[in-house]
Amino acid sequence: MSILSLFVVIPALMLLGLWLSRSLNQVRGVMVAGSSLLLALSIWLTIYFFQQRASGNTDEMLLMQSIEWFRPLHIAYAVGVDGISVVMLLLSSIIVFTGTFASWQLKPMTKEYFLWFTLLSTGVYGFFISIDMFTMFMFYEVALIPMYLLIGVWGSGNKEYSAMKLTLMLMGGSALLILGLLGIFYFSGADTMNVLEIAARHNIPVNIQKVFFPFIFIGFGVLGALFPFHTWSPDGHASAPTAVSMLHAGVLMKLGGYGCFRIAMFLLPDAARELAWIFIILTTISVVYGALSACVQTDLKYINAYSSVSHCGLVLFALLMMTQVSCTGAILQMLSHGLMTALFFALIGMIYGRTHTRDIRKLGGLMKIMPFLAVGYVIAGLANLGLPGFSGFIAEMTIFVGSFGAELPNGDPDMFRRTATVIACTSIVVTAVYILRVVGKILYGEVSDKHYLELTDATWDERVAVICLIACVAGLGLFPLWASNAITDAVQPILQNIGTIAAL
Amino acid sequence: MIPEAILVAVLVILFIADFVSAKSNCRKWFNPLACVLMLPVIIAPLLLTDEIHVFGDMYRNTYGVGIVKAILAAGTLIVFIQSKVWAEKSDKEGEFYMLIVSTLLGMFVMLSSGHFLIFFLGLEMASVPMATVVAFDKYRKESAEAAAKYILTATFSSGVMLYGISFIYGLCGTMYFNDIAASLSSPFQPILILGFVFFFSGLGFKLSLVPFHFWTADTYQGAPTTVTGYLSVISKGAAAYTLLIILFHVFGSMREQWQWLMYIVIVLSITIANLFAIRQSELKRFMAFSSISQAGYIMLAAVGTDWNLSATSLLYYVLIYIVANMAVFTIIAVVEQNNGGRTNIDDYDGLYQTNPKLAFLLTLALFSLAGIPPFAGMFSKFFVFMAAAKAGTSWAYAVVFIALINTVVSLYYYLLVVKAMYIKKSDSPLPAFKSDCNTKVALAICTIGIALFGICSYFYEWISASV
Repeated sequence: MSILSLFVVIPALMLLGLWLSRSLNQVRGVMVAGSSLLLALSIWLTIYFFQQRASGNTDEMLLMQSIEWFRPLHIAYAVGVDGISVVMLLLSSIIVFTGTFASWQLKPMTKEYFLWFTLLSTGVYGFFISIDMFTMFMFYEVALIPMYLLIGVWGSGNKEYSAMKLTLMLMGGSALLILGLLGIFYFSGADTMNVLEIAARHNIPVNIQKVFFPFIFIGFGVLGALFPFHTWSPDGHASAPTAVSMLHAGVLMKLGGYGCFRIAMFLLPDAARELAWIFIILTTISVVYGALSACVQTDLKYINAYSSVSHCGLVLFALLMMTQVSCTGAILQMLSHGLMTALFFALIGMIYGRTHTRDIRKLGGLMKIMPFLAVGYVIAGLANLGLPGFSGFIAEMTIFVGSFGAELPNGDPDMFRRTATVIACTSIVVTAVYILRVVGKILYGEVSDKHYLELTDATWDERVAVICLIACVAGLGLFPLWASNAITDAVQPILQNIGTIAAL
Repeated sequence: MIPEAILVAVLVILFIADFVSAKSNCRKWFNPLACVLMLPVIIAPLLLTDEIHVFGDMYRNTYGVGIVKAILAAGTLIVFIQSKVWAEKSDKEGEFYMLIVSTLLGMFVMLSSGHFLIFFLGLEMASVPMATVVAFDKYRKESAEAAAKYILTATFSSGVMLYGISFIYGLCGTMYFNDIAASLSSPFQPILILGFVFFFSGLGFKLSLVPFHFWTADTYQGAPTTVTGYLSVISKGAAAYTLLIILFHVFGSMREQWQWLMYIVIVLSITIANLFAIRQSELKRFMAFSSISQAGYIMLAAVGTDWNLSATSLLYYVLIYIVANMAVFTIIAVVEQNNGGRTNIDDYDGLYQTNPKLAFLLTLALFSLAGIPPFAGMFSKFFVFMAAAKAGTSWAYAVVFIALINTVVSLYYYLLVVKAMYIKKSDSPLPAFKSDCNTKVALAICTIGIALFGICSYFYEWISASV
C-alpha cells in the first residue's frame, strides 16, 4: 500500500469514527484529530517531495503504485504525485483543517454535517492522488454529491434551488466527462486507463482528439467556472454554509482546473493546441465578466463568488496560454485563490453569524466592533486584489508575464494570446474597485445599526481558522519560490506533450 | 435441468406444506421455510459448471446462464424475506410463494432455451402466474385493475411475438436457435426483419421498454409493493439477459439491421421515462418510470459488439439494480405498513427527522440508482457505457451521450425524494417506528450489496470469467 493511500484511508476512518461517535465532543474530536493528521501528512509529503527532488530523483511521479482493480476492463487503482498534486494536497489539507474550525459551532445535525463534509474531502484527496482515469473520475463524483445535502440542509437563503442547480450542472459536466474518458480509453488502444501511459503513447488521431477535447475540457470547466457554465457558482456559494463555501471555492473548483490540465491537455495535447483559441475566448470572458459582475452585487457572498469566477477563469486562461511560466502561474493561482477565498468565505461566515445579514448596504463600521475579523477582512481583500507580499500578487504576476510572452513556433509573439492577456489584465483594476468598495463600506464609516455595538469579536476556534489562513496567504506571498519550483517541474512534461502552440 | 428440477421440488414442497398447515393457526414457519428452500436454488446453478444440452438442444445450460439463474434466485430470496409481514396478513400466504416460484421457473426455462418454442413456453410460464400475484390484494380494486392491464397486454404482446416467430420459422424452416443463426445470411428479406420486430416487441413488453411500456405505471402502482419489487427487478433481469443472448447468438448476423431498432428503443426508453418520472408524485408510479429508464440503461449493453463485455456489464447491472431497487421497494413497503398504505412522495417529508436510519438507507439506494459513487450503481452504469462505446461507431457514442445526459435528469428526480426526506419540513411526519426483523435482514443484504458490489471488483471479474 502506497503511503498516498493514507489520504483516502484517513478520511474513511474519520467517516467511521463520526458514524460511531455519540456526542458533539466526540464528533469534534474525530474531526480535529483526522484533519490535523491529514495536514501533518501533507506537510510531510511536501518535505519528502523536495528531499527527493533535491537528491536528484527526476521521476515524473513519485510514490507511484498501481493495483489492478477491474482487470477485464483494465481499470486500476493507481496513485502517484507530482509537484502539482503535492501543492494541491497541501491546499486541501489546510482548507479542511480550517474548515473544521470554521464550522465548530454549526447546528443542528452536526454529526451528519461532518459526515458529508468528510465524504466530500475524501473525494478531493482521492482525486488529487489518482493517476488512473476511472479512479480519478470516481473520486471526482464522490466530491460532488455531498454538496447537495450540505447546501440543501445546512445552507441559507434560496438553498433548495441553489443546491439542485449546482448538483445538476456539475453532474452534467461529469456526464460529458464520461464520454470523453471513454473516447480516450478506446482510441488510445483500450488497454489502460493510466494517465501517464496514455500520455506517453500519444497515439490518438488528431481528428478524434478534437472531438473529445471539448467534452473533457467543458466537463471539468463547469467545475472551474468556465463561462457560460459558471452560473451554479454564485448561487451555490451564496447558499452554502461557511465551511462548505470555503471547501468548495477553495478546493473543489480547483478540481476543475487540475482536471483540465491533467486529463484534457495532457492526454489530448494536439486538440488542446488547435482548439485552445475557443476556450481562450471563453476564459477571457470569464475573467472580465466575473470581475464586472462582482462590482454590482450587494451580497458579500455573491461578490466573492463572482470574484471566484473571475479568478478561476484566470486559472484556465493561464493554462491555455501553454507557456511554462503561465502554467506555473495557473497552479500558483489555484493555490493562492484557494487560500484567500477560503479566508474570505470564513470571514464572511463569521460576520454573517453575528450580524445575520450579508447585505453590504446594511453593514457598516465593523472595524470598531470586531477589529480582529475586520483586519482579517482587509488582509483577505488586499491579497485578493494582488498586493505584493501576498500570494495573489505572485500568482497573477506570473500568469500575465507568462501569457504575454507566448510565442509562435517561428519566434514571433502570439498576437492573439497577447491581446487576450491585455483584456484579461483589466480585471486587476476591476478587482481593486469591488474589493475597496466593500472594505470601505462595511468596515469603516458609521456603525449602521446600533444593535451591532453589542456584538463580539472572534472566538478562539474562529481565530485558529483565520490565523492559519492568513499565515498561509502571506507565507506563499513571501516565499513563493519553493512552490513555483515544484510546479515548474511538473508542468514540463505536460507542455512537452503539447509541443509548440499553433498560430491562429 | 437440475435448477429447474429443484424449483419444481420447491413448488411441490410449498404446496404440500401449505395444504398441511391450512387449518393450523401457527404458520410462523412458513416464510422461513420458503426462504430456506430458495437456498438450494441459488447454490445449485453455481455448482453446475458443465455445459448441458438436452432435448436435442432445445434446452441448454451454460455456466453463464447458471450465474444469471443464481442472481435471480438470490433476488427472489430478498423478495421472500421482505414479504413476510405483508404475506402473513393475506389469507393465502402459501399461494404467493408458489406463484412467485412458478414465475421464476418460467424465467429459468426461458433463459435456458435453445428453441423458440421452449422460449415461448418459459415466457408464458413467467407471465401468467405474474398476473395472479399482481392481483393478489383482491380487496383493492387497483390491484385487480393492474392485473387486468398486465394480462391483457401480456397476451396481446405474446400474440404479436408468436406471429413474428412464425415468420422467422417460415423463412428459416427451423426454430432452433443455432440453426436459425446458421441459416441467416445477408441480404435479409424484409419479412424476416418484420418477424424480428414482432418478436422483439414481445420481449420489449417484458422489459417495459418504450413504446411497449404503457402497462407499467398502472401495474406497478396497483400491484402490492412486494410484487412490484419482484416485477421490476427479477422479471426484467431475466428478459434482458434472454434478449441479449438472442440478439447476439441468434440474430448476430443481422446486427446492421437490429442495431437501429435498439438505438431508437433505448433512447426513447431512457428519455421518455425520465421525463415522465419527473412529474410523478406517487412513489411506486415514480419507481415504475425509473425502472423503464433503467431498462433502457440495461439494454445499452446490447449496443456494444463484444459479447463478453456486453453480457458481463448487463448482468452486473442487473445484479446491482436488484439490490438497489429491492432496497427502495422494501422501504416503500415498510413505510406503507406504518402509515396506512400511503405511498406519495409527500408522505416522506421529514422522514429523516423521525426515522433517520430508514431515510439514510433509502438515500443510499437512490444514489446507487442514480449512479453516484462510491455506491455500486455508478460502477454498473460506467461499465454499461463502456460496453456500449466498444461498438466504436459515432452512432453508438451518440446513444451513450444521450444516455449520459439522461443520468443528470434521473439524478434530478431521485434527488427530489432525497430532498423530501432531508430538507422539507412536514407538519405530520411519519412517526418513528421499529422495523420488523425480516425487513431489517432484507435491507441489510441490500445495503451490503450496494456498498460492496461496486468497490469489490471480485464480483465483476467473477461474472466476466463465467459468461
